[in-house]
Amino acid sequence: MIRVENLSKSFAMHNQGGAVIPVMSGAELAVASGECVGLVGQSGSGKSTLMRMIYGNYLAAGGHIHVDGLDVTQAAPRQIIRLRRETLGYVSQFLRVVPRVPTLEVVAEPLLQLGHPAERARERAAGLLARLNIPERLWSLSPTTFSGGEQQRVNIARGFAHAYPALLLDEPTASLDAVNREVVLALIEEAKARGAAIVGIFHDEGARARVCDRLVDVTAFTPKAAA
Amino acid sequence: MTDQAYNFAYLDEQTKRMIRRAILKGIAVPGYQVPFASREMPMPYGWGTGGVQVTAACLVPEDRLKVIDQGADDTTNAVSIRKFFQRTAGVDVTEATADASLIQTRHRIPETPLTEGQILVYQVPIPEPLRFLEPRETETRKMHELEEYGLMHVKLYEDIARHGEIATSYAYPVKVEGRYVMDPSPIPKFDNPKLSDSPAIQLFGAGREQRIYALPPYTHVVSLDFEDHPFSASKAPHDCDLCGAQESYLDEVITDDAGSRMFVCSDTDFCAGRRAQGMKGRLWASPEPATEELA
Amino acid sequence: MTLIQRLTATDQPLLKVTGLTKNYGRRIGCADVSFDLHPGEVLGIVGESGSGKSTLLSCLAGHLAADQGQVIYDGQDVLAMAETERRRLSRTEWAYVHQNPRDGLRMGVSAGGNVGERLMAVGARHYGGIREKATDWLGRVEIPADRIDDRPSAFSGGMQQRLQIARNLVTGPRLVFMDEPTGGLDVSVQARLLDLLRGLVRDLGLSVIIVTHDLAVVRLLADRLMVMRQGRVVEQGLTDQVLDDPQHAYTQLLVSSVLQV
Repeated sequence: MIRVENLSKSFAMHNQGGAVIPVMSGAELAVASGECVGLVGQSGSGKSTLMRMIYGNYLAAGGHIHVDGLDVTQAAPRQIIRLRRETLGYVSQFLRVVPRVPTLEVVAEPLLQLGHPAERARERAAGLLARLNIPERLWSLSPTTFSGGEQQRVNIARGFAHAYPALLLDEPTASLDAVNREVVLALIEEAKARGAAIVGIFHDEGARARVCDRLVDVTAFTPKAAA
Repeated sequence: MTDQAYNFAYLDEQTKRMIRRAILKGIAVPGYQVPFASREMPMPYGWGTGGVQVTAACLVPEDRLKVIDQGADDTTNAVSIRKFFQRTAGVDVTEATADASLIQTRHRIPETPLTEGQILVYQVPIPEPLRFLEPRETETRKMHELEEYGLMHVKLYEDIARHGEIATSYAYPVKVEGRYVMDPSPIPKFDNPKLSDSPAIQLFGAGREQRIYALPPYTHVVSLDFEDHPFSASKAPHDCDLCGAQESYLDEVITDDAGSRMFVCSDTDFCAGRRAQGMKGRLWASPEPATEELA
Repeated sequence: MTLIQRLTATDQPLLKVTGLTKNYGRRIGCADVSFDLHPGEVLGIVGESGSGKSTLLSCLAGHLAADQGQVIYDGQDVLAMAETERRRLSRTEWAYVHQNPRDGLRMGVSAGGNVGERLMAVGARHYGGIREKATDWLGRVEIPADRIDDRPSAFSGGMQQRLQIARNLVTGPRLVFMDEPTGGLDVSVQARLLDLLRGLVRDLGLSVIIVTHDLAVVRLLADRLMVMRQGRVVEQGLTDQVLDDPQHAYTQLLVSSVLQV
């Protein structure tokens, strides 16, 4: 479902003397449907960078990324947009929404984008919010005013609203209490069971052990300090 | 009789040729506003300088001229224009619609149906019907060119939204031969149906605005409206108090300080003609009943 | 039709721009701009004042005559088409939302008349029908129905902008040009407008070209982003990619110059 081949990445800092910083080279990764692969490596080793490249958020310097047959490194923006709408979900660490939009709408939006009837989309959104223990009185408010943990749960609900065949999860259990952590892990297990290919970053080792089928250490892709 | 210091009908021949060209173009493109180089006339703008120039360009010595203002032959404006052409062109004048070969009018179409061979000249203050909503001349010309007339209905829409009906009661916009939207000058909308399919030539002159437009005989003219708010040519629901006419356009006249009023035909020739035939209205008792009270 | 259906229905771009150039004397307005816009796509154009983004928008919408290049809309050459045809398009299939609602509204005409104008322009002649549709659209842009006979001069800035949007969308356009639509508005009003625009774009499957200098606006609205500088396109791509991983020096500067809240 997700296949990364010989991927490399560097950042060129034009406004800081034109420094070119290579951050990744020769990255390889393959994730099959129904499989969850955990990315490990110390902070700054490129876990999030790799994930963002798979999502098309960062440009690759070289190599290929195939998601459901589409090469993200070569695809036109609208192909990537379609991929994101239909196939590839992403739960980031930060919630980015239009202020003032009610939480229920935020969560239902991925389904509305796909043309699902509004009624059904809201039903599904409500189910997820309830499961993630967001009190119903908050559903009509914008999540921008919520606490960090609440925002994170809204973000997760949004990420799981549509049954994406491929999912990228960046620290989904961070800043969650035990009860909600359990809910999120169950959601991940359900996604796997329905055949989703998942790439995740988990600092929480217990969570990692429970949902990940195998781990990939991205430190291996760190470019050798070019002397 | 003619005042020899002036050329026939005041304007020089070159100016008249220029105006005639504009008139011919207007007749060739019914409803289209033709620009012309309006001259200074010995009267202020708003007193019919456009109409006077058109009349001057059309007059021939054999013409018999009638001039009306709001339907009346005896108001200041009508009298001075009539005298102006008597003095500068020496043409015969008349008050009888049927006898006139050329009629200059302000704000009315005569009640007596016009016939072939007659010319009706309208004095026009603002020729551009779209100006109400679009003040830019460049834009309104473009709208005429491209037949973009949605805006005209916006005006009528605003009328209905504000007053429950199309409250525009004069200068009511019309569409000419399915092409140009035209301002028929401030005639009451009661007169609008008379614009259409008239055997006479109808010419419109706007002096300050330097525009001439025309309706050749038997031109189809439709008043704009909405399907659910159709055009209706309304008038005051009364009969003429002098001649008893039921179907003529009426002026309301306040007759004393207590608010007594009477309704009389605005077309003085039409009213007098009916009275001459012995028809009487509610207040027609003595020869001049109203005049005394008004004086 | 849902967005996805629209996207998959055809792979033809709705708008194809090639080598569009406009100079003001010796000064460059915009130079050699090329891009495709597909049905349902939202393209953001950013750049500082004088970067040529507004010139480009005006050329695309036919308000300015381009010096060179081609603009093909739905198979028709816009720059070569007769003005009648182009103006017909701009009343029916296109819409243009001005930064200042005063430029896009008739301030002396009621809200209902403003919304109804485009309907009447394409031949609607039933007062009741026009009014019904205007009421519906006022509702969609969250203007109370009892304000239908008020003039826009009695409206707040945000309400005027929403009225302008209703007036533009009432005839069901396919392509909408927006010039700094959230420009002169308070931040709180901006958010409401953005939310509204997003919903309309999604529900109506509109193709939109939005010019702004506000990167937050494009992040929330635009699928794709074009960065302009001195009349030229220096970078384009997926909106979040351009903002999060800018490649061109100017884009990096632009992104890093945004104040964080």
